[in-house]
Amino acid sequence: MGMLKVTTPSDREIVMTRVFDAPRNLVFDAHTKPDLVKRWLLGPPGWSMPVCEIDLRVGGKFRYVWRRDNDGTQMGMGGVYREIEAPERIVNTEKFDEAWYPGEAVDTLLLVERAGRTTLTQTVLYESRAARDAVLKSGMEKGVAASYDRLAELLASTT
Amino acid sequence: MHATHRLDATFAALADPTRRAILARLASGQASVTELAHPFAMSQPAISKHLKVLERAGLISRGREAQRRPRRLEAKRLAEATKWLDRYRRFWEGRYRRLDALLEQLKTKENKWEC
Repeated sequence: MGMLKVTTPSDREIVMTRVFDAPRNLVFDAHTKPDLVKRWLLGPPGWSMPVCEIDLRVGGKFRYVWRRDNDGTQMGMGGVYREIEAPERIVNTEKFDEAWYPGEAVDTLLLVERAGRTTLTQTVLYESRAARDAVLKSGMEKGVAASYDRLAELLASTT
Repeated sequence: MHATHRLDATFAALADPTRRAILARLASGQASVTELAHPFAMSQPAISKHLKVLERAGLISRGREAQRRPRRLEAKRLAEATKWLDRYRRFWEGRYRRLDALLEQLKTKENKWEC
């Protein structure tokens, strides 16, 4: 349903825009109900999401953990909800357990419904341009790359 | 320019919708400032400002024809910058395709509930 657009409108932001062929209450549910979030917010192939806890209220926390099933590598992140206007808008902080960028980021999810379709705009505001660029340059795939690096080291030491 | 600074300049240049539209226009062939200004309902000085930013970021260059000095796309630099964005985009697109499938299931469920 439509192409995902990723833009960098300012020095500290990454913005994603995409249209979904569903009313926004369903898109909102898919972002806020753990049993639904676990079905799509996955990592790269081979990763599962064993932990998905959401306390959906202002000041409430969320916690996600992804696990690479063949070697047990885990990657966790969490944050605090700052604003909730169901089913339109959520603002929360986010921080990875082993963050490769300094500070916390602030996520804003905006859902706009028109004729049964929902336009999602997800903005991530980082503390600095350096933090934003670190994410763009390594991305979520960093965890995967790190475990490949360990495998390469292991192979090198055994040959 | 240092590679990181160059990438920063490129991201900053790509942040503006007019500049992205100029790049899209140049992707189909070189063009003079007048030709570039035409579709944007902007003055030539305003367009020239955007062109300077793009030039500084290494995303476009000037041709040698003395009068027109047509601008052309430096595709290699653009590819370098978009590589990072594209990897990020592909990762999220994978997730959002799964979300599409989930939403289809939820819609079916909701319809059944209503019937």
